[in-house]
Amino acid sequence: MTEKLKLYGKEFDSRLLVGTALYPSPAIMRESVAASGSEIITLSLRRQSPAQQHGKMIWDYIQETGCQLLPNTAGCKTPKEVIALAEMSREIFGTDWLKLEVIGDDYNLQPDPFGLIEAARELVKRGFKVLPYCTDDLVVCRRLLDVGCEVLMPWGAPIGTGRGLMNKYNLQTLRERLPDTPLIIDAGIGAPSQACEAMEMGFDAVLLNTAIAKAQNPVLMAGSFKLAVESGRAARNAGLMLKRQTASPSTPTLDMPFWQQTVSEEKGEEKGEAKGEGEKV
Amino acid sequence: MQLLVNGESISLPEGATVAALIQQLGYSGETFAVALNGDFVPRASYEQAALNTGDSLDIVAPVVGG
Repeated sequence: MTEKLKLYGKEFDSRLLVGTALYPSPAIMRESVAASGSEIITLSLRRQSPAQQHGKMIWDYIQETGCQLLPNTAGCKTPKEVIALAEMSREIFGTDWLKLEVIGDDYNLQPDPFGLIEAARELVKRGFKVLPYCTDDLVVCRRLLDVGCEVLMPWGAPIGTGRGLMNKYNLQTLRERLPDTPLIIDAGIGAPSQACEAMEMGFDAVLLNTAIAKAQNPVLMAGSFKLAVESGRAARNAGLMLKRQTASPSTPTLDMPFWQQTVSEEKGEEKGEAKGEGEKV
Repeated sequence: MQLLVNGESISLPEGATVAALIQQLGYSGETFAVALNGDFVPRASYEQAALNTGDSLDIVAPVVGG
């Protein structure tokens, strides 16, 4: 596939972004990232004492992937928390790319649209390249674009649910109304078929974590998602057929053998034979 | 003076800075970052960042994430 994914002036061959959490081991995480073909991976920051050296170990593992890093602000509930964590991320990871998360509800981890817009505005001023994890609300998405976001990441479903594209009407509306904005479906994808569907709908990429990490064989699942995303994108480019309400035969009907014109039916009726015999063909 | 570092109480001499705290706790390398009372403290400011009783510090490092 030669068509590139363009985000904030960078080009990528892969349209699958993956998270690095929840894997059975760091080695399986690294192998899964490689199998996914992803060039952009997410990671985060948490409190750590000097005795815990796994921060450096994780960092070493992640650097070895050679991927573009996309640090997140997972767990932040206010713009103030987001700004501090974003600055800390930029210092440690050396990138101004940021997966912006402002969580508005602890149970469904729904983005807080008001905090999101406020935080995005400030982060853009500070030079961050913001990729907000947002709801599928058109107006919220427009406001995020207004404050300087160049990429949007609407949810498919709540994080970790694996329920796929919950609100296709809203997602389709986003795609149609924001045709020039890179849109990445982030969160809620549970199966390759769902990722494929998102790509068929015209989304530019898919970001997921749990569906790969929690598979019985994460490496195999990573490869499956890679194929699904590529397939969905190719299908979108190829142009899907229009849906129809009624059946339409694909095999030619012209010169169908055994078929008789209605006139033969009429003859049959004249002879007192069962009506509609000719329709059996 | 008493401070909170990652939620735990720690004693430091009066007038200590973030740089002194980092040294006392044994952080090294560049895979950590600091926030003081919720505000980011750039690495270049550790020497100047004075601490006071009751301050709360967060010291973070990379973890996996989704």
